[in-house]
Amino acid sequence: MTVRKRIIPCLDVANGRVVKGVNFVDLADAGDPVEQARVYDAAEADELCFLDITASHEERDTLLHIVERTAAVCFMPLTVGGGVRTPDDARRLLLAGADKIAVNSAAVARPELIGEMAERFGSQCVVGSIDARADGKGGWEIFTHGGRRGTGVDAIAHAQRLASLGAGELLVTSMDRDGTKDGYDLALTRTIADSVSVPVIASGGVGTLDHLVAGISEGHADAVLAASIFHFGAYSIADARAALAAAHIPVRRRESVG
Amino acid sequence: MSERIALIDYGAGNLRSVHNALMAAGAQAVDVAANASDVAAADRIVLPGVGAFGACMQALSALPGMVDALHDAAVEKKRPFLGICVGMQLMAERGEEHGTHDGLGWIAGTVKPMASVDPQLKIPHMGWNDVTPHGAPPLIERGEAYFLHGYHVALADPADSYAITDHGGPVTAAIGRDTMIGVQFHPEKSQGYGLDFLSRFLAWRP
Repeated sequence: MTVRKRIIPCLDVANGRVVKGVNFVDLADAGDPVEQARVYDAAEADELCFLDITASHEERDTLLHIVERTAAVCFMPLTVGGGVRTPDDARRLLLAGADKIAVNSAAVARPELIGEMAERFGSQCVVGSIDARADGKGGWEIFTHGGRRGTGVDAIAHAQRLASLGAGELLVTSMDRDGTKDGYDLALTRTIADSVSVPVIASGGVGTLDHLVAGISEGHADAVLAASIFHFGAYSIADARAALAAAHIPVRRRESVG
Repeated sequence: MSERIALIDYGAGNLRSVHNALMAAGAQAVDVAANASDVAAADRIVLPGVGAFGACMQALSALPGMVDALHDAAVEKKRPFLGICVGMQLMAERGEEHGTHDGLGWIAGTVKPMASVDPQLKIPHMGWNDVTPHGAPPLIERGEAYFLHGYHVALADPADSYAITDHGGPVTAAIGRDTMIGVQFHPEKSQGYGLDFLSRFLAWRP
């Protein structure tokens, strides 16, 4: 077979706590990101993503500590993003146990950061994170600061630039769809996926298992990221995997049940 | 079991994750080793590694006596040795990432960029993929592991291939000879499959 399409639950973290309410049962502390990570590790999620949405200077050590504690108990790939502005920020997260580092606003302000990180740590651990909104003219514009601030930068050109500078993967989030449960912006995902040679993660808007399938089959993504459909227990990782498999998308076989 | 396991510390980003995984796989203790003398005293050696080949070899060579100590322990004294990802690639003769750099030279071959002939084929090779044993190698079992790399080992001698995976064609997934083994995948990030592999390495008496 070939490399499997990946299912990635994403935990939004603020001040060291999982932001969105989660109704996993049997958790001593449902707001603890590490407890959540353990649940997804046991469910054999293909990767896990932590996005620190506060990411102020004061919170850096909190995030590092979460990554350290997660890496001590979860033996799954971990992408961490939020507030990474320098290669040294990235290095601290990598040494704490992160495998890939997502860079968003800082790579809009200064795309060269992507190249500096790739040279030092290798492209394989540099994720270019792109938040985009449709511009009403058939294209997309890069937004920063949680989708509040427009930049005038064309999303497709930015994606190509980050890939050429050394990003080993692109995380593409539609800010129009984020939180809507209407499904990914498939045209955005597909336009970027077809124009770069690195893997693309679809993000923003998942409400059903069909949306995950469409992200890959129609959006041409290599991985699908979702938050609330997993956190709120609507669907399990196994449900998502079964849906992709039913659509003849290559996924992991589940070898252990635990 | 009072065996001494040396995990080489030369600044590799996955040091902590490999340490965690070795402990979870049953190691009693793991010495994080940045000195050549720690390697000389070790019964078993693990070389982690992520990032660029040249930068990793440079960092390893910057530790006084480390390259010689590794050669003495792994090649001369035949202590069980495991290289992971770039730690595996360093076992080759040379790497062609950002210029050509010498490796440890234990396994004949060159680390080359994965060429994408098909635009649908994404590089880096990132995600879960098959580990298919080549022949009947030690430690390697058929399964799925997590890969994260843009370069691969092109072996000079097919007998050194322990496993392959598939990404637009066969890609080296594991190499080895005698008491040394290297894996391109990340056992420390491959959940049950990876921990089981590390357990077998810890129990390996070649």
